[in-house]
Amino acid sequence: MFETADQIFVLLKHWLVGLLPMALQPVAGVVLSVAAIVCFFPALFALTTVFERKGLGRIQNRIGPNRTGPFGILQPVADGIKSLTKEDIVPLSADGAVHFLAPVVLVVAVFMGFAVLPMGRNMVLADMDAGLLFYFAIGASTELSVFMAGWSSRNKYSLMGAMRAVAQMISYEVALLLSSVAVVMISGSLSLTKIVEAQNHYSYGLPHWYIFTPWGLAGFVMYAIATTAETNRSPFDLPEGESELVAGYHTEYSGFKFALFFLGEYLAMFSISGLGTTLFLGGWTAPFSFLTWVPSWFWFFSKLMMSIFVFIWLRGTLPRLRQDQLMNFAWKFVLPMCLLNLLVAGLWRFMGDGWLRWVICSAILVAAYVGLGWEEMRRMHIGARSYRYAE
Amino acid sequence: MLGEGILKGLAETAKNFAGSFVSAERMTTVQYPEERIPAAEAARVFPFLVYDGADWEAGMRCVACQICEKECPPKCIYIEKSKDKKPDALGKPQFYPAKFDIDVSVCMSCQICVEVCPFEAIKMDNEFELATDDRFGGLLQDRKQLAKSNEYYHAIHPTEAAEVDARLAAEKAKAAADAAAKAARSSAQAAAPAPAQKPSRGGV
Repeated sequence: MFETADQIFVLLKHWLVGLLPMALQPVAGVVLSVAAIVCFFPALFALTTVFERKGLGRIQNRIGPNRTGPFGILQPVADGIKSLTKEDIVPLSADGAVHFLAPVVLVVAVFMGFAVLPMGRNMVLADMDAGLLFYFAIGASTELSVFMAGWSSRNKYSLMGAMRAVAQMISYEVALLLSSVAVVMISGSLSLTKIVEAQNHYSYGLPHWYIFTPWGLAGFVMYAIATTAETNRSPFDLPEGESELVAGYHTEYSGFKFALFFLGEYLAMFSISGLGTTLFLGGWTAPFSFLTWVPSWFWFFSKLMMSIFVFIWLRGTLPRLRQDQLMNFAWKFVLPMCLLNLLVAGLWRFMGDGWLRWVICSAILVAAYVGLGWEEMRRMHIGARSYRYAE
Repeated sequence: MLGEGILKGLAETAKNFAGSFVSAERMTTVQYPEERIPAAEAARVFPFLVYDGADWEAGMRCVACQICEKECPPKCIYIEKSKDKKPDALGKPQFYPAKFDIDVSVCMSCQICVEVCPFEAIKMDNEFELATDDRFGGLLQDRKQLAKSNEYYHAIHPTEAAEVDARLAAEKAKAAADAAAKAARSSAQAAAPAPAQKPSRGGV
């Protein structure tokens, strides 16, 4: 019974595919899985937009959207109709083909990332041996689409937004990769299913997720910072900083192309949260050994939604960084921490079991955090702002 | 320590998030079309023309001096002076605006027209629901739409209106006193015997 609930989507797929002739079955299986991903995640995106708006409202002591449908739950439908019926404007001097392709490339690239994510036991579209590598290779091409959008629009704001986006995404891509490498070092595999399996043990009822180790916690924090920057979410939303750049690289996009950008951004958030879940939060494994009867896909999506909630929470809390602060933070804090974390992960791997490795690894990381933080904050004067005027 | 401020901020927003579900007094917004917050007394949106008495046309204080038209920074006021004159509040014959249009879509609510008006004739309204489905005719308000009574002015800006009334009453009293003094002087002049002619010098 629990087994059936856990494997319900897999069984459903096998049943549906079994209805077809033998020759079509492999293709049909893939098409079915792709269709499921392509239908499910945009639906989740629609729900997330309304929950984000309501959550941000609550954070600011407002109610949020509450007019469309009961409790404003039909807001995404209204938004969808609006963006479908809006005029699709292409600037006269824009490069039409590239301008059209940019949002498509973004959405396609982001969707491809979902292919390697294990969303439940046996629920992975393509169980690649180098799944993590594939994910990062595909994820890097979103930078291309952002730059295509900014470049082809022939608008200064768009181009500046795109430049900022590329600079930011490349800087944080390094941190993203390095924080994930620690996981690969410990689990010894680039396959995401193997990484989840490696975390699927329990001692004293508690799981062996990587976040519950010193290097895993540090890696997760660095990963979270890097993903926030990779997905252009606040406080790293400089590429689309409304107050400076209108809307950054998608200034010249309207109607459904803009909606595609919006969709791509949220899908990237889902997929990168899913990857973080897989790498550090044990993927589809249950948080306690007595909860293993709950379907695995439930745990995956709960963890995913928790990550999304943290994204929204951060957006509601933090002000936008300045470009130099962003770069300083990436290269002077996140990157050294990630590199040190690699060393700590190596130590952890070769020190064997016992309490000593916990103490040493934690001490190194805490000392580095405090030391780097002190160095970074040393010349910062927090207090009332003083102004200097030209004589 | 690094990150302390972020944690404090996250705690604050989490408090807001949870608090907004349990305490209604946290909520800073009202459900606008159904509920409304009374406008602040100094709220200003768009000018209107003040009239005294019951008849808007007869009581209009505006004398079509066109100062506001000239001073208006975005040039949203259009005035046509009348050919004839009608008595104003002090009983003096004055011109009146045959046409007085203000374009809602151009007005920037700066209140300069109010400040330059020597006749306390144009004031700021706090009515803000000026949206209309006719973007040309509907947004151009003529003098009939602009005319609002002094009582209305008292209702929306009580302090300011009382000051204006006091000033106008003082002016009126002064004008009356001046008129009385003038009348007295002229009647005194009339009553007094013509000054005797100086005796011509030189004898005959």
